[in-house]
Amino acid sequence: MNAPSITTSSAEETQVPSRFNLQAALKDAFKTALITLALSIPILSYKTEQNGGELFLASRWWLVAAVVGIIFVLRVLEHAFLATKASRKALPDPHQATEPVHAEPSAYQKVSRFAIPLFLGVALSFPLLVYLVQGGLNESRYFVDLGILILTYVMLGWGLNIVVGLAGLLDLGYVAFYAVGAYSYALLSTTFGLSFWICLPLAGILAAFWGMILGFPVLRLRGDYLAIVTLAFGEIIRLVLINWVDLTNGGAGISSIPRATFFGVPFTSGDDGFAALFGLDFNAMHRYIFLYYLILGLALLTNFVTMRLRRLPIGRAWEALREDEIACRSLGINTTNTKLTAFAIGAMFGGFAGSFFAVRQGFVSPESFNFLESAIILAIVVLGGMGSQIGVAIAAIVLVGGPEMLRNLTFLKAVFGENFDPNEYRLLLFGAGMVAMMVWRPRGLISEREPSVILKERKAISGSLVKEGHG
Amino acid sequence: MDIFVQQLINGLTLGSIYGLIAIGYTMVFGIIGMVNFAHGDVFMLSAFIALIFFLILTTWLGISSVALALLIVLVIAMVLTSLWGWAIERIAYRPLRGSFRLAPLISAIGVSIFLSNFVQVAQGARNKPTPPMVRDVIVLFQGESGYNVALSYKQIIIMLTTAVLLTVFWYLVQKTSLGRAQRACEQDRKMAALLGINVDRTISLTFVIGAALAAVAGTMYLLNYGVVSFNDGFVPGVKAFTAAVLGGIGSLPGAVLGGLIIGLIETFWSAYFSIEYKDVAAFSILAIVLIFMPSGILGRPEVEKV
Amino acid sequence: MRWQQDPILDVQHLTMRFGGLVAINDLSFKVGRGDITALIGPNGAGKTTVFNCITGFYKPTEGMLALRKPNGSQLLLERLPGFDINWKAKVARTFQNIRLFSGMTVLENLLVAQHNPLMISSGFTFLGVLGIGGYAKAERAAIERAKFWLEKTRLIHRADDPAGDLPYGDQRRLEIARAMCTDPLLLCLDEPAAGLNPRESLELNELLLSIRKDHGTSILLIEHDMSVVMEISDHVVVLDYGTKISDGSPTEVKNDPRVIAAYLGVADEEIAKVEAEIGA
Repeated sequence: MNAPSITTSSAEETQVPSRFNLQAALKDAFKTALITLALSIPILSYKTEQNGGELFLASRWWLVAAVVGIIFVLRVLEHAFLATKASRKALPDPHQATEPVHAEPSAYQKVSRFAIPLFLGVALSFPLLVYLVQGGLNESRYFVDLGILILTYVMLGWGLNIVVGLAGLLDLGYVAFYAVGAYSYALLSTTFGLSFWICLPLAGILAAFWGMILGFPVLRLRGDYLAIVTLAFGEIIRLVLINWVDLTNGGAGISSIPRATFFGVPFTSGDDGFAALFGLDFNAMHRYIFLYYLILGLALLTNFVTMRLRRLPIGRAWEALREDEIACRSLGINTTNTKLTAFAIGAMFGGFAGSFFAVRQGFVSPESFNFLESAIILAIVVLGGMGSQIGVAIAAIVLVGGPEMLRNLTFLKAVFGENFDPNEYRLLLFGAGMVAMMVWRPRGLISEREPSVILKERKAISGSLVKEGHG
Repeated sequence: MDIFVQQLINGLTLGSIYGLIAIGYTMVFGIIGMVNFAHGDVFMLSAFIALIFFLILTTWLGISSVALALLIVLVIAMVLTSLWGWAIERIAYRPLRGSFRLAPLISAIGVSIFLSNFVQVAQGARNKPTPPMVRDVIVLFQGESGYNVALSYKQIIIMLTTAVLLTVFWYLVQKTSLGRAQRACEQDRKMAALLGINVDRTISLTFVIGAALAAVAGTMYLLNYGVVSFNDGFVPGVKAFTAAVLGGIGSLPGAVLGGLIIGLIETFWSAYFSIEYKDVAAFSILAIVLIFMPSGILGRPEVEKV
Repeated sequence: MRWQQDPILDVQHLTMRFGGLVAINDLSFKVGRGDITALIGPNGAGKTTVFNCITGFYKPTEGMLALRKPNGSQLLLERLPGFDINWKAKVARTFQNIRLFSGMTVLENLLVAQHNPLMISSGFTFLGVLGIGGYAKAERAAIERAKFWLEKTRLIHRADDPAGDLPYGDQRRLEIARAMCTDPLLLCLDEPAAGLNPRESLELNELLLSIRKDHGTSILLIEHDMSVVMEISDHVVVLDYGTKISDGSPTEVKNDPRVIAAYLGVADEEIAKVEAEIGA
């Protein structure tokens, strides 16, 4: 099932013309447009509208015409682009040397030299930057919220990266541990009145525990089966959360979860509040900025622990497991325990992120933990380049921040009319983007692997050698 | 007894639909070893195509014969859904063939998200109800409690259509050169290519057949429930995948058998235990089957090579 | 005969069935401590299956595999879980189709091989994450040991390269170095000379002889290359269709007509010719 490919690619791909051939391009674009036309019948050309109990159809051929036209133009442009790229490729290029005479710095090295300090600096000073740019605390609310959202996904991505990127176990139900963490905090704090700082480790431990329970039966599975079983577990947990009304209050969720406090000092306008204690004017934004630094701290903790684990025998065993499980067994590595620790530690960080989610929202409901969340987190890990911490961070910014930008495209209303809501297209574009990014970079943005230990010289390992694991 | 017989009929009807979808999963997994995550959404899309054409035929063109309308709808839905299946394979999976193994799976999840949101954007988020197309029932017998055990015409149509189309496609895969090429690609794609089999075309055709059968399932689903919504792809998709695994992935009769079993389990579970947990039951069966009998009922066991 | 007096591994009545297929049928042989023992036989004779039973990848249908430690204690390999055969019984192996961690560097490959002792010194990760305890020192020692084996296998200049980038012969040697990093009592090599050129094959002989001499590791190898088998082994066991057909010193085995017949299936009058070829 992992057979090398035979891509008997069609003629237009193999014989890329060195010069742009307009006639062929137009012909091909016409074909593509024709197929698009056929695909848009009837799903795009007729809209089912409801009038009372009756359905009736409204035709929208103008929309079909627009889509077909756009596809036609895009296809012609694609041909033009490919032709120029091909003619440039015809010239020899230093990269084509068979022996790396003087190896150029890899993408990873290039990125890591500048990007890591830059990212860290921006992340640490983000609230201040936003404050300066937006010119006020209240005005920066949206961006601080967005920062919190992105960092939550960065943390989730880093947590899942342990399971998928390092240990090579494909987990499509990671959101289950996020849910366990969120509900742990929600239930412990509303039932027993425990504070966030006590609940956080408890939520992590509970999630790790669930990671082991769910991990144990699935460890001998390989291939896509592991992915499907973890998906099933994720869905089972969500459905149980919906249906076990006595414990979880069902689909209505748990509300009025205690808000975050500054190590016991509440963010209120009262005399014992945060603002009064530090002699500031009360502002609700204090709490959001605190939450921002809280999630930043948690994310950096995840990163720190992961980087540390990679240099410890357990981390090397995870990576070895991803490369070759049978060889691992022959070297005396207990593969079951090794996989379970990966599951448990990944789940633990998911649990931390979950309790952060609960404390930020003040409300949890099963709908926040559906399969789409798991898919987004997995897409972040795979797009980032499995195992690459900085890649995951970049991917989280692109995949979570990018669609958010759609909200701001209000000028499109002028083009498409008042009823046009760009936000409706968020997931549509997200799905199409996932496909496009996989086609463009199947191994993710940063596919190189960095060795965990060196004798003399640090060399990045090409992604084509790194295996993706059997899960 | 009366409830039992009624649930048996309902279960077999539902099972036929699952079986039809399951074939798409099993054939694609057999030939390229990939879980086509988007298949459930292709099924949902086909139900929408069927819905719209049914409306066109009955309200605009005024075809009064339901049977004729259904037949036309079925054929059109199969053709158009096949085209979608072909296009999805061409755009999202073919460029990734032979690359990193996770990439097609992620791409498939992307297609799945795209399709369900495309239908949501294009057709609206509300459920789409249709008036019942076929109402007549045959009362088989009356139970002790005065409960009529009935076999409806639509159930007969669903089971018959499934049986006929399955026979046709089974013949296609078993006895024709296309089927032979498909099985050769399953065994060893490289060797098949060296022997002159057009691997790309064979894989495309597999997707086309899978999509066509999903379209049959979509039309039957619409006929059975009379309502469809943009997120109706995911859960039936997972259940059909469960059916494919239960029957033994890669095996066509297995997929149908698995579909019938899953359909029966679901209806009996809803009738005798709790309707709330019926999806939990389906997901649990999926997990249990994959863990304890990953080769399924009719599949070949996999031996670990050292 | 050393393998009779002081065996390190005693295989008794080993039988392995896969469904109806009998891969190994009532096989008994001994591996002498400090010997180089060769397991030979035509393709499909069941040699790799024997290896897989010894190293815990298959559970034998019947039979006993006793490993005798230098202190006289005895471990039954068929009862140990797979990974403990390396860690507790100190049996290491290589694979017919090389199984390196190709995306990890050569050095990392050798550190993974020292997983269990390093796990202990990192306090089962808990102390290691916090940065306390003697992990750093233990890791330095592990790197030293890896360097020793890299020098011995002449791979030290490739230490920071990914294992998957090495040429074939180097990969074979790296796999042996990796197995030796687990400090084994018995080293099982599955066709170590396959795909090597004559010069590399000679170097392999020297490496194996020095492993035995300097480290006292007993070696059990499967090999088709008769020049390796005849030159370095002290004891040869011949399998055909899952049963033992010959067992003895290289000279005894190569003159055994059953062996010649099994290998070549030739008529009697051609045996002389064949013998000359094998002897050469």
